[in-house]
Amino acid sequence: MSDAHSAEDLKKHVRAYILVFVSLMVLTVVTVAVYYVHLPVPAAIGVALLIASVKGSLVACYFMHLISEKKLILWVMLLTVAFFVVLLLVPTFTAVDKIGP
Amino acid sequence: MEIPYTVEPRPDTGLTSGKIGIWLFLASEVMLFGALFATYILLRVGAVEWPHGAHYLNIPLATLNTIFLISSSVTMVMAWYSLKTDAFGKFRLYLGATILFGFAFLVVKYFEYSAKFHHGYYPKTNTFLAIYFTMTGLHMLHVIGGMAVNAYLWGPGSKLWKTDKEHFANRVENSGLFWHFVDLVWIFLFPVLYLL
Amino acid sequence: MGTTHVTSPPHGHAAHAAHHEDLSFWRRYVFSTDHKVIGIQYAITALLFLFFGFTLMMLMRWQLAFPNQPIPLIGGLLGASRAPGGTMLPTFYNELGAMHGTIMVFLGIVPLAVGGFGNFVLPLQIGAPDMSFPRLNMASYWFFFLGGVTMLLSFFAPGGAAQSGWTSYSPLANIAPTGQTVWILGMIFLITSSLLGAINFITTTIQLRAKGLTFFRFPFFVWAQFVTAFLLLLAFPPLEAAAVLQLMDRVAGTSFFLPSGLVVSGQALAVSGGGNPLLWQHLFWFLAHPEVYVLILPAMGIVAEVIANNTRKPLWGYRPMVYSLIFLGFMSFVVWAHHMFMTGMGTTMAAFFQTTTMIISIPSVVILTSLIISLWGGSIRFNTPMLFALAFLPMFGIGGLTGLPLGLNITDIPLHDTYYVIAHFHYVVAPGTIFAMFAGVYYWYPKVTGRAMSERLGKLHFWPSFLFMNLIFMPMFFAGMAGLSRRLADGGASYLFSPEVLHYNKLSSFGAWGLALAQIPFIVNFFWSRKHGKPTEANAWHATTLEWSAAPSPPPHGNFAEPPVVYRGPYEYSVPGATKDYTPQNQGVVS
Repeated sequence: MSDAHSAEDLKKHVRAYILVFVSLMVLTVVTVAVYYVHLPVPAAIGVALLIASVKGSLVACYFMHLISEKKLILWVMLLTVAFFVVLLLVPTFTAVDKIGP
Repeated sequence: MEIPYTVEPRPDTGLTSGKIGIWLFLASEVMLFGALFATYILLRVGAVEWPHGAHYLNIPLATLNTIFLISSSVTMVMAWYSLKTDAFGKFRLYLGATILFGFAFLVVKYFEYSAKFHHGYYPKTNTFLAIYFTMTGLHMLHVIGGMAVNAYLWGPGSKLWKTDKEHFANRVENSGLFWHFVDLVWIFLFPVLYLL
Repeated sequence: MGTTHVTSPPHGHAAHAAHHEDLSFWRRYVFSTDHKVIGIQYAITALLFLFFGFTLMMLMRWQLAFPNQPIPLIGGLLGASRAPGGTMLPTFYNELGAMHGTIMVFLGIVPLAVGGFGNFVLPLQIGAPDMSFPRLNMASYWFFFLGGVTMLLSFFAPGGAAQSGWTSYSPLANIAPTGQTVWILGMIFLITSSLLGAINFITTTIQLRAKGLTFFRFPFFVWAQFVTAFLLLLAFPPLEAAAVLQLMDRVAGTSFFLPSGLVVSGQALAVSGGGNPLLWQHLFWFLAHPEVYVLILPAMGIVAEVIANNTRKPLWGYRPMVYSLIFLGFMSFVVWAHHMFMTGMGTTMAAFFQTTTMIISIPSVVILTSLIISLWGGSIRFNTPMLFALAFLPMFGIGGLTGLPLGLNITDIPLHDTYYVIAHFHYVVAPGTIFAMFAGVYYWYPKVTGRAMSERLGKLHFWPSFLFMNLIFMPMFFAGMAGLSRRLADGGASYLFSPEVLHYNKLSSFGAWGLALAQIPFIVNFFWSRKHGKPTEANAWHATTLEWSAAPSPPPHGNFAEPPVVYRGPYEYSVPGATKDYTPQNQGVVS
């Protein structure tokens, strides 16, 4: 957002930045705390990724201003994330669904 | 020659070329780290046994590093905000803090890596350490790159503020986008490598 | 030309052009940030690499036609480590094969199609003064150059250049000689070049298009380059990651791609193991499949321009063609493991990839069919670019159709890794893409130089090339169906069943050498016409697109005296009521 901002707009931003910062710190503590609970592996993975996704979304949406960014940028990043997920999952699916032992 | 839309946004897209450029670059970086996360998943699923991160890695130190990076992200965005509110002095303070947090991150990483080498743990020791060193090493190179750009903008690059405030603010914003991305990658790296 | 007129002298441009004249030779012609200079640099470098890669193949073709016989004339020059007594060693054959593929794909076609044609033509076709990031553009070229030099230097590494196929599969590539490490470094430079270029192309297309040039008024060439840039941007990074991992394996002793218990020459490898060779294949093909669309899309773009121009009518099905491009680009990311059907994949994933592969053939067919239908009712001019563009159509048709049995996993079983595969992909890339590249050279030469290439030499280039391309690759389909495996250093001479297909090797070899001779008219034409070709008008082909209608030939630094304004679509040929059979995009009123 390089166009002109009004003074109130910008003040709202600072509030958002502080709130996000605090949330990120809290979630970091939660992430580590959950670790010490020693959940079974699948649940641990699920929880860890969920919290990381929330933290990542906060950074992307508020620090990187994606929430108020032009649609073009958002769509390019969503497309990228779709391919990212394909890359993450399909090789493992292919390895698991194999002929033989 | 003057290439249009370097500083002022193009009316119909509402964007400057630099902003589009940096987001496209970040898209490519998502795919780069994605390949490494995919590597992690495939190797772990196929492994006979996979160590707990805590066996080799220092969780308190990494938590500290996480705090450093998150803090550096907020100081980075505050640095840009300071420019938008014409507070150049504050900009310098915040960007300086961002660079220092980055430096702190590197110092912790130095201690982490040297502790591993001291114990005889190298990338070639097993695939867990191989992917750990590769992912954190590549991430670290990105931290260094981001710090270098920020140092330039803090130092000699800041001359542009005197002649073209908007152009300089855009550069800081774009550098910030890269820096936030580096933080974002760590937000996923930390639990995946250290806690799972 | 256009009805836009200049009432005052061009303000920025003339002043800037004067400033541009002050630059030294090095800044104007070597380290230039002008997209036209960079485009020419890319094109000439790429053409040189194409000829070099072709030369490597011509050496291989001797061995294939006359296995284990000394190579005449130059055999003695190759050195005892590669060809003792002038007879090619199998390791040298492998070197040639791996480097032929690498050079043709990464140092030849992509730099020519995207770096050369894309750089020169795209800003002109969208009415832009240059790329969005001119210095980044220059950096892209020099990374490419550095990558090319690295690849060439790899021939001097101990043990020779990369010799594990252009695909560099692990674990073979892990234990291969030093040249493989140099190959990896070269790839890292080349990938960096492509990524920087992709960022530039996408940003420029979105941001610097002229007033009135909406997306659906883009020439098809621009759309093709735009989609291609997205493929490069998102598909290359995983290969960069894989390259780093293979480098770590080779240099740092890691086992990303080395399974446990690997034994080499009777000795267990002293590594941790636990790695997965298929990981390399996934990461490699995740790039390499979109890469083949990088090879074909710019070619389709060029063919579309040449056909519209030389039929004097609009392209048939422009909109479906554009949607097909976008759909093709998207699908190209989810088909890659059709290159891996024989890796022990289960039926679920095989069915998935087979299905996506069949689906991706649809947009290809839409584009090809639209181009063919575009000919109907046209007033066809059979000049040299048009001959190459016309030949592209059936050649790409054969290449595409022969891909179908490879994309279905049952029929892939007997065909995988045979000469059928080689024939399939060469039909698409050689009489496909390369013919489109030739069409582009003949078509845009007057724009770059202000002179036309000789039509006589052009036809002398075209007809034998067309003949020899088919002589080389058609027999390979039959050899492959008979079971002849690819990458055999003796061409299958030691197979018991092969005598009846072995003589096909000779046909292909004579075809290759004939094809080489057929390039001589082109090389002569290319250099001779620079100074002696017939000078042309600015809009040499009476075309509708901006590079022809709004810019001089050659265009000056900054391209346009005034930024063009676009009023209409890209192919308004033979508009009813118009006196001319072409109405340029920047012409306001039909006249």
